[in-house]
Amino acid sequence: MAIELRVPTILRTYTGGEKAVNGDGSTLAEFIDNVNGAHPGLKERIVEGEPEELRRFVNVYVNDEDVRFTGGLQTGVKDGDVVVVLPAVAGG
Amino acid sequence: MLIIDQATYDAIVAHARRDHPDEACGVVAGPAGSDRPERFIPMLNAAMSPTFYEFDSGDLFKLYKEMDERDEEPVVIYHSHTATEAYPSRTDINLAQEPGAHYVLVSTRDGADSPAYDGPVEFRSYRIIDGAVTEEEVQIVPNNRGDN
Repeated sequence: MAIELRVPTILRTYTGGEKAVNGDGSTLAEFIDNVNGAHPGLKERIVEGEPEELRRFVNVYVNDEDVRFTGGLQTGVKDGDVVVVLPAVAGG
Repeated sequence: MLIIDQATYDAIVAHARRDHPDEACGVVAGPAGSDRPERFIPMLNAAMSPTFYEFDSGDLFKLYKEMDERDEEPVVIYHSHTATEAYPSRTDINLAQEPGAHYVLVSTRDGADSPAYDGPVEFRSYRIIDGAVTEEEVQIVPNNRGDN
């Protein structure tokens, strides 16, 4: 088992075109670090700053829940979970 | 070039007029790889603003999940400008994150929100990729299913 990351079109350049890649971790932050090890550059498109936070215009969901409501990067994840990344659709 | 059917074109313009003075926004989904905008999906502007639009995060999730299940993609992403021309703003360019989409802008600055207005409504389409904006021709067809 593993945790699955669903990759949006714009970030598939980091995954060799793959729509989904697997990783491990016990929190979302660990999971993103883990996936970034195999797909360098992915992380900085999702998180920013120090301390690290989710980028304002990127949405991340764990099992259909927006992680902004479940602890952000500290949201717990486990084998079998599905993490979906979706760029915001926004503008001025 | 964007090829769009008359009914969808009219629906986008009507949505923009209805939501004025706030920006209206939405998607026209189509079969993946087809470049055919077929399924009109007006979205709520969670920002409810005359100068900004953003899909609600829960709505966004549902939208993409549904498109995924139907093997669709967002062929058109549209929004309105309510006081300026139908050209991507700096914010539009910075936040554009669908390189495969046609970004459609409609302007209601000329009083198009009034039911009595019967003049032209600006409707323009762009590709926005890595910060570069390329305007494209818009061709309106009676229907877009290839059987007219």
